[in-house]
Amino acid sequence: MLRILGKIQRIGIITEPVPARDEPALSEVGAQLKARIGERFGGSLAIREVDAGSCNGCELEIQMLGNPYYSIERFGVHFVASPRFADLLLVTGPVSRHMQAALLGTYAAMPEPRLVIAVGHCGADGGEFGTSYASCGAVANVIPVDAVIRGCPPTPLALMRGILEAIGQR
Amino acid sequence: MSWLGAFSQLLAMLMALLLAPLLTGWVNQWRARLQNKSAPGLLQPYRMLHKLFNKESVMADRASPLYRTAPYIIFSCMLLACAIIPTLSTDLPLSPAADAIALVGLFALARVFISLAAMDVGTAFGSLGARREMLVGFLAEPALLMVLFCASMITRSTSLTAIVENLAHREFAIYPSLLLAGVAFTMVSLAENARVPVDNPDTHLELTMIHEAMILEYSARHLALLEWAASLKLFAYSCAGLALFFPWGVAEAHSPLALLLALPVLLFKLAIGGFLLALIETLSAKMRVFRVPEFLGTAFLLAVLGLLVNVLLGVG
Amino acid sequence: MTPFLHPTTWVHLDWVLVVVVAWLLIGVLGVAALRRFRFVAVVLFPMGAFFSVLLLAVSLSAVFSAPETAVLPLGLPQLPFHLRLDSLSAFFLVLIGGVSAGVSTFAAGYFRQGEGTPPGLICLEYHVFLASIALVVMADDAYLFMVVWETMALSSFFLVVANHRIPEIRQAGYVYMLVAHIGALGILLCFGLLQANTGDYTFANMRQQHLTPFWGSVAFVLAVFGFGAKAGILPLHAWLPEAHPAAPSPFSALMSGVMLKIALYGILRVSFDLLQEHIWWWGVLLMGLGLVTALFGVVFSTVQVEMKRLLAYSSIENIGLICTGFGLSLLFLAYDMKALSALALTAAMYHMLAHAFFKSLLFCSTGAVMHATGERSLGKLGGLMRYMPWVAWPTLIGVLACAGLPPFGGFIAEWLLLQSFLFTTGVPSSFLDMLVPVMAALIALIAALSGYTMVKYFGVIFLGQPREENLAHAHDAGPWERLGMVWLVLGCVILGLMPSQVIALIDPTTNLLAGAGLAHTLADSGWLLVPVSIERASYAPAIFLLGVLASMGLAFLLVRKLYHGRLRRVPPWDCGFPWQTVRMQDTAEGFGQPIRQIFEPFFRMKRQLPGAFDAQPSYKVTVEDPLWYALYLPVARLVERVSRIVGLLQQGRIAVYLMYSFVTLIVVLLVVKR
Repeated sequence: MLRILGKIQRIGIITEPVPARDEPALSEVGAQLKARIGERFGGSLAIREVDAGSCNGCELEIQMLGNPYYSIERFGVHFVASPRFADLLLVTGPVSRHMQAALLGTYAAMPEPRLVIAVGHCGADGGEFGTSYASCGAVANVIPVDAVIRGCPPTPLALMRGILEAIGQR
Repeated sequence: MSWLGAFSQLLAMLMALLLAPLLTGWVNQWRARLQNKSAPGLLQPYRMLHKLFNKESVMADRASPLYRTAPYIIFSCMLLACAIIPTLSTDLPLSPAADAIALVGLFALARVFISLAAMDVGTAFGSLGARREMLVGFLAEPALLMVLFCASMITRSTSLTAIVENLAHREFAIYPSLLLAGVAFTMVSLAENARVPVDNPDTHLELTMIHEAMILEYSARHLALLEWAASLKLFAYSCAGLALFFPWGVAEAHSPLALLLALPVLLFKLAIGGFLLALIETLSAKMRVFRVPEFLGTAFLLAVLGLLVNVLLGVG
Repeated sequence: MTPFLHPTTWVHLDWVLVVVVAWLLIGVLGVAALRRFRFVAVVLFPMGAFFSVLLLAVSLSAVFSAPETAVLPLGLPQLPFHLRLDSLSAFFLVLIGGVSAGVSTFAAGYFRQGEGTPPGLICLEYHVFLASIALVVMADDAYLFMVVWETMALSSFFLVVANHRIPEIRQAGYVYMLVAHIGALGILLCFGLLQANTGDYTFANMRQQHLTPFWGSVAFVLAVFGFGAKAGILPLHAWLPEAHPAAPSPFSALMSGVMLKIALYGILRVSFDLLQEHIWWWGVLLMGLGLVTALFGVVFSTVQVEMKRLLAYSSIENIGLICTGFGLSLLFLAYDMKALSALALTAAMYHMLAHAFFKSLLFCSTGAVMHATGERSLGKLGGLMRYMPWVAWPTLIGVLACAGLPPFGGFIAEWLLLQSFLFTTGVPSSFLDMLVPVMAALIALIAALSGYTMVKYFGVIFLGQPREENLAHAHDAGPWERLGMVWLVLGCVILGLMPSQVIALIDPTTNLLAGAGLAHTLADSGWLLVPVSIERASYAPAIFLLGVLASMGLAFLLVRKLYHGRLRRVPPWDCGFPWQTVRMQDTAEGFGQPIRQIFEPFFRMKRQLPGAFDAQPSYKVTVEDPLWYALYLPVARLVERVSRIVGLLQQGRIAVYLMYSFVTLIVVLLVVKR
């Protein structure tokens, strides 16, 4: 126990500051985000993440948002267990037919005001899989999407900048 | 009932309402720091509550009036619990209305209502959470009662204000029964406040949830009230622990200056307590749900042992 | 006895006799209108309820008056019926009147056609039952006591087997009758001892006898055995979980709410009133028995899957807790600590009153649910709050009271009991001092488990989704049923919110039995309940309730004012699985599974697990009472074996019987000759 505490003490806080970039963090920004809905969340954002048939590459990057280097929680953003608690729905993957109903149900269960961000090339337009017998293609084909973060997978930094821009924080 | 008494009662309730989210924020800060992360601000819980109150409330179409009123009932129970625990002062006019046994009864009332609300919508995880919460409760409630009885037998009273006054005026000595009761109390408050090692408050895995599973269907203002009530419960347990085991610094009747000093003393004690809670949470791993009855059974036996030690030794 | 011609000169005893006679007449009228169920239901039962209310009013006044006696011109030549109405009897009459008023009103709405026994006959049995229990608490000699005790047992037997066409119900009635008679044997022997060879069986004479410690202890143990068999104390409890579910619901309510208390009345009367010297280990025995009974009852109630069995085991638990209170009071009395004895006794009597009201309320609710849905198994109910709100909300009050939650009556009883346990360090025996914290811990555990059971009961029946499709056709309770349940709810609420007044009612009884009372400390405390002193402990249920309601209201208004109150109704979430069924909710077995796992040694479980190669795999678990197999069945087999051996004497031929007579004659002549 003391060994762990000593190690914690020696390492210290290792969270890196978010560098400013010129290019926009979000692409295909919709009307809701342009109306700055995100700023109404007042510095506290609850995210519900749904894996709609992705390869888990985007999930691994999203999980890294919670580690000590990126630590998205310092901006008041946290991941929650139920869409009823959530403000932002983060969807990955080309929506497979099996997950279509679940995704629709998750979106319907969220209270207003709510935002949807599609993550990765798969979420943006279906990626390699496209629209087929097995997948619906872009997330926008199933539920209304407010913004897209492109990448295969997008880096945690890109994800963080995108989420922060959605709630109006730079 | 004097003006100072009424004032200290209202001040205690107001401070509980305001300080409870701050305590939660402090614990979260230290949990992040102990994981080498940079933490959200100390006022983050307030921002979350404000956002939740602003959101639109969605509710299952088959939820009954019981489901709608349960968050209000639970919130008032926790507020009343904070009102009768001597946090800042022992001059509390509401205190004769409920003693230590009624405090345990208040927590039990809140637990029964949240369990019933969880069973109301008829989802699989709601009833799972209700069953687990009642399991934790059926062992934690007698353990808490026995801890309070340890203090009652030393001070010959079950009134919380009388206990605090009595214990604060004794000369400093380590009572073996209170030592055992203290360990039991720590275990019970970890279980009741849904903390690691009993329940992880941040988990998303429904099969491992105890407390979170019951509130999965709530949103907006109902969720805000439930989260606030959870913070109030942590605050109440912390203040009860401080009142029983570290009662110095609490103001007494007819001393407005002591009331002024009591607030920084309370903040100091809560800060240390919150840090220790974050430390315990970081250094422990969550245990399997099947092991929780053993954990709480140990707490219960330790508390009963404390009572027996009190009786055997004749002194605290 | 005053002449009957001038009603204005009647004392309380006369009014009670009027009520008893009125009930008997109602019963006879029921026989006259044997199959006209509408007449029986709408006229006779409400009349019975009216007389119950009259009894309640009379006995409320009688509690505070001096004892009255009467001698009826009935009975044996040397032993006419003696009656006595003192504060203990009056307290139990309050209980009987209050509860039976609500249950009779409920029963008026409960009747439907075609349930085995004709309704007129049920009316007779019901009112004879009520009349006999009223007379039991007023009996002042052993003969009248045994006569009305047997009448009570017989009439309740016929009520239990009202649906006698079902074989399980007949068997339940048989077990009930058997254990009742075993108990009656114990009571008879006890009375035989108490009259101490004087030949005078009146209680007044028994009070004056001073038995030696040995015979006094034997009498006490016989009383606990005999009355305990009727009350459901371990190990003579096996009839309770069979008989209460078998009887129709209003009668289950009466049996659980009132009849078990009459058995406890017997224990009180014998140990506190008729026995003059008390020994310390009597109290310890009663406390130990009570705690074991309570733990057994509550653990079994948590794993039940049928509504009424769950409530029956819960009754066993409450009886155990009341006996613990009695035991503690006896213990204090043995050491001559009268004030503390009165405190423990008050706690136990408060628990009796509270249990009577909330348990009858719960049984009445099961009756309403059974009539509306036709189901009694918890696995086929659910979601009834939407279809039966008039049953669900009173049941919620009953459930909260049974779980011992503030601000209802059950909590006050537990509060007083725990307070009296905290005082026991004054007892001059270190062994007992050590035992008592352990007992207090067990009581807290039992109370917490009863909360578990009650959440299971209410949650599985009224909340969630209906587990069968036909539950959507469940109709709400009728007007008589609603009235009966509201009356019982009022009782629970009054017992919760006005403890000082109720304790003032109990006070003359504790003065009679223990020689002290709580009322004088209560009188100067106003709205606070202060059993000993305000620094020691206090509780104010009205302020408590007001505090909760005020903060609820304030929170509601502030949230609406500062933010908004918009609400949108949507389908439930439950993690997005699209093929939800109602079977995915927790079942009654599932809810009790943790307790089954923790308390496994208490049960005798039979498991049938599915095999890997079964064409139709199935899983079955039955939880049974180990004492039935460990105690009752071996005794039954022994009795059968002995009677088979004795039966060898019955050869069936006249020649053998004549030989028996001849041999007996020779033996008698030889013995007399000597």
